[in-house]
Amino acid sequence: MTQPKPSCHELISSLSDFVNGELEAELCAKIESHIAECPNCRIVVDTLRKTITLYQQTSAQTEMPNEVRSRLFKRLELEDLLK
Amino acid sequence: MINTKENRPISLEALRNGDRAEFARLVEQYDTFVYRLALRIVGNPQDAEDVLQETFIKALKHLPDFDGRSSLSTWLYRIATNEALMVLRKDKGAIVSLDDPDDNSDDEQEPLEVVDWCCLPEETLMSAEAKEYLDKAISELPATLRVVVVLRDIQGLSTRETSEVLNISEMAVKTRLSRARLQLRQSLSSYFSHQFGLEN
Ligand SMILES: [Zn+2]
Repeated sequence: MTQPKPSCHELISSLSDFVNGELEAELCAKIESHIAECPNCRIVVDTLRKTITLYQQTSAQTEMPNEVRSRLFKRLELEDLLK
Repeated sequence: MINTKENRPISLEALRNGDRAEFARLVEQYDTFVYRLALRIVGNPQDAEDVLQETFIKALKHLPDFDGRSSLSTWLYRIATNEALMVLRKDKGAIVSLDDPDDNSDDEQEPLEVVDWCCLPEETLMSAEAKEYLDKAISELPATLRVVVVLRDIQGLSTRETSEVLNISEMAVKTRLSRARLQLRQSLSSYFSHQFGLEN
C-alpha cells in the first residue's frame, strides 16, 4: 500500500467537491495540476468517480414491487384509485 | 407529450381540500422514491415498507400544517427520512443523531488504498458479488453519513435540498458526503484489490 505524500492528504477532503465540479476555481486548478503530476491522486479521483457511478447504477435498478404499492394504497384507503 | 391531467403538477390546494384523487396522484408520483430511500436507510424490505406506509399516513395527517416554504417533495423526504431513522433507533437501539459532530476526521487520516481498479471490465465491476459488497458497505456507513449519500447521490437531491431535509447546514452536507464517498471508495478498493490481486 502506498502512503501518499502529505500534500496529497491535504487535498483529499476537497476531492468530493472536485468531482462534483463545485470547487472554487483556484482550488480546482490546484487539484488539476496536482493530479497531472501525482499518479496516486489521479487514481483516487478516478476510483472515487467510479465508486459514485457504481452505487448510482445499482440503486437505480431497485424497483418497488407491485404488491408493495397495492398494500400502500389499501392502507391509505385509496384502493379504488390504484391504476 | 400531451399535457393530460396526469402530467400537471400536484395541486396543494386540492390536497388541502381533501381531494382523494389528488392525494393518490401524490402517492403514485413519490412512492417509489420514498421506498428506495427507505430501503437504503433501513436496509431491509419489511422495514422499508413500514416506512413507506407511515410516511404517507403522516403526510396525509400533517398536510394542514404544511406551509409551502419547502417544496412538497422536500417535505415528503423529510418525513420519510425521519421515519427511517426512527426505525433504525428502534431496531438497533442505536443512537442515531443527525447532529453528530463533523470534527471526527480520523477516517481521512488512514493510509489510502491506491489501487487502480477503474479499468476492470464492466461485468466485473457490476457483478452480483460486487454489488452485494457495495450494498453492504453502504449499509455499514454510520447513519449520519448514509442518509447524506442516499439523499444526495442516490436520490439526486441538491446540496441545498439535502440540507433542508436533514435540517443541517450545506457545509455539513458536503463534509458528510465527502466522508461517505471516500469510505465507500476505500471499501471498494480493498474489495477489488483483494479479489483481483491488483498491485499498488
Ligand atoms: Zn497526490
